[in-house]
Amino acid sequence: MGVRGKETLVASTETAETTRRDFLYIATGAMGAVGAAALVWPFVSQLQPDASVLALSSTEVDLGQIQEGQIVTVKWRGKPVFVWNRTPKDIEEAKATQLSALLDPVARNANLPADAPATDENRAAKDQEKWLVVIGICTHLGCVPIGHMGEYDGWFCPCHGSEYDSAGRVRRGPAPENLAIPPYHFVSDTKISIG
Amino acid sequence: MSGHATFEPKNPALKWFESRLPLVGLIHSSFIAYPTPRNLNYWWTFGGILSLMLACQILSGVVLVMHYTPHVTLAFDSVEHIMRDVSYGWLLRYIHANGASMFFIAVYIHMFRGLYYGSYKAPREVLWILGCIIYLLMMATAFMGYVLPWGQMSFWGATVITNLFSAFPVVGPTIVEWLWGGFAVDNPTLNRFFSLHYLLPFMIAGVVVLHIWALHVVGQNNPTGVEPKSPKDTVAFTPYATIKDAFGMVCFLIFFAWFLFYIPNYLGHADNYIPANPLVTPAHIVPEWYYLPFYAMLRAIPSKLGGVLTMFSAIIVLFFVPWLDTSKVRSGVYRPLFKQFFWIWVAVCIGLGWLGSKPAEGGYIVAGRILTFWYFAHFLIILPLLGLFEKPKAVPASITEAVLGKSKGGGVPVAAGASAPQTKG
Repeated sequence: MGVRGKETLVASTETAETTRRDFLYIATGAMGAVGAAALVWPFVSQLQPDASVLALSSTEVDLGQIQEGQIVTVKWRGKPVFVWNRTPKDIEEAKATQLSALLDPVARNANLPADAPATDENRAAKDQEKWLVVIGICTHLGCVPIGHMGEYDGWFCPCHGSEYDSAGRVRRGPAPENLAIPPYHFVSDTKISIG
Repeated sequence: MSGHATFEPKNPALKWFESRLPLVGLIHSSFIAYPTPRNLNYWWTFGGILSLMLACQILSGVVLVMHYTPHVTLAFDSVEHIMRDVSYGWLLRYIHANGASMFFIAVYIHMFRGLYYGSYKAPREVLWILGCIIYLLMMATAFMGYVLPWGQMSFWGATVITNLFSAFPVVGPTIVEWLWGGFAVDNPTLNRFFSLHYLLPFMIAGVVVLHIWALHVVGQNNPTGVEPKSPKDTVAFTPYATIKDAFGMVCFLIFFAWFLFYIPNYLGHADNYIPANPLVTPAHIVPEWYYLPFYAMLRAIPSKLGGVLTMFSAIIVLFFVPWLDTSKVRSGVYRPLFKQFFWIWVAVCIGLGWLGSKPAEGGYIVAGRILTFWYFAHFLIILPLLGLFEKPKAVPASITEAVLGKSKGGGVPVAAGASAPQTKG
C-alpha cells in the first residue's frame, strides 16, 4: 500500500513532496515485512530434517560377513546402500571397459573431486578394489535396481530397464548417471562407516 | 447504509474474470468499501483478533501434525520430539498451546462486549447464535487438543469429561463407550480425538464465514446501539477499521508473545509432562483455565446428573439471551441498572473461574452454589425484569450526534463529512 494508499484513500492531505506520513507508512510497512519474515522462518525451518533424523546420518557396516560375490544392502539415511564384495572376474570386466563406452564418464564418487573420470579405480573402494559401495537408487526415477542382473553383470532396474555394470556405471538408459557413491571411509580393515 | 464506493475493475483481464466470478468485488464490498459505524471502540477489534487466532491455530496445528504421532505408546514422546528435535518445534508447540488460551481470552472479551452493548438483539439474533455455536466448537476442539500430548492431565481430563456423558440415564453408558471406542480411555479414543481435533477447526472456520456473512447482512452494532442512519454515521472499512483492527492485533500479539517467550507453561499444568498412566490419577486435577467457571458449577451441584445439566445449561442459556433481555434499548451505555448488573455478572464469572481452580470442599462449594445461582439468575430473572422496570437514559438520535456531542468540549474541529475525520497531516 504505502504511498499509493495515501493518495487514494486520504486524498485531503495529498502533497507533492515527501511527508512525515509517507515516512510512517514506509517505516511501518518495512517493520511489518521484517516481522512477517521472522514469523515465516520457523514455519519453513521446521520442514528440514530434524535432530533425530540427522543423528542417524552415519551407518557402520562390518565387511567381514560379506562373502565373495555377495551384495549386501544396508540402510543409510533411509536409503539402500549396496556393498558388493566383487569377484576378480567382475573387477576385470569393469577395468576392461573403455571410458568412451560409458554413458556417464564421471565417477560420481562423493569421496573424490566432482570431475574424476569413471574408471574402476575411481569407483571402487580406495586401495581395496574388490569393494564397491554405491547408493542403491536408480538415477532415473529412484527405484531400487536388482543385483546380478542385466547384460553388464551389475544391476538391472525393474522400473524402466536401466542397466549398470560391475562398477555401478550406467550402460543402458534411460538413467542419466552412474549409481552414486556415498561418502564413506574404512574404520578398520573390515569395517566401513558410511556418511 | 449505502456503500462508499463500488468496485469497477479497469484492467481488462480483471474485468474478464470479474464478469465470470465477482470475487474481487466481493472482497472489495466486504472488507474495503463496507460501511462500519464511525464510533467503534477497541472492544470491536476482537472479531479481527479472533480471525487471526483461528488462522494462527490452524497454521501451527497443521505444522505440528507433521511431527506428531497419535498413538498411546508414541504420542507423549513425539511431543517431546517436537520440543527437542524439530527445528523451532518448541516455538510451534508453544504457539499452539498458548494460542489456544489467547483464543479463549479473545473470545471471552468478544462475548462480554456483545453482552454489554446488546449486540445479540434484533436483528442480530442469528449472528449471536452462530457465535455461540463457534464457542461450543472451540470448547470441544480445545478439549480434544489437550488430550493429544497424552500426559497425565490429558488422560484424566479425557476420562472426566467423557464420563460426564455417563450421567445421562439409559443412553449415558453407551454414549461413553462410543466416545472411548472401548471400556476406558485408550488408543481408539486418542485416534478419534486426533481426527476430530483436526476436523473441528475447519468447521469453526465454516461457521465463522456464516458469522461474518450474517454480520454483513445486518451490519455491525456500535457503542451507542443506534443503527447508522446516514452515510455520515459510517466510515469505509478500509482504511479505518482495517488499521484499527491491525493495531489491536499488534497489541494483542505483544501480549501473546509475552506468554509465548517468557512464561510458556504458565497456563498449563506440570502434571501434563508426566506420561499418561491409566492406573494412577494425579492428586489435584483441574481443567484448563477457560473451562474453570463451568467446572465450578459442575462441582457445586450435589448430584451427578444435576451437575452435568447445570454445566451444559450455562452455555445453552446464552443461545436464548436475545429473547431473555426484554429491554428496548440496545446498548448498556444507556441502561444504568443493567450496567451494574452486567459488571456483577462479569465478577460472578471470574469468581466461578477462581472457585473452579480450588479444591472442592467446605466454603468453596457454598460459594460455588451462590455464584452458580447468580449466573443463571442474571439471565433468567434479572435480564427479563430489567427491561420492564429500568428507566433508560436518553438514546442519541444518531451515531454522529453521539460522537460530535462527545467531542464538543475538546475543541477538535471534526469535518462534517465521514470521509475526512483526520485533521492532522
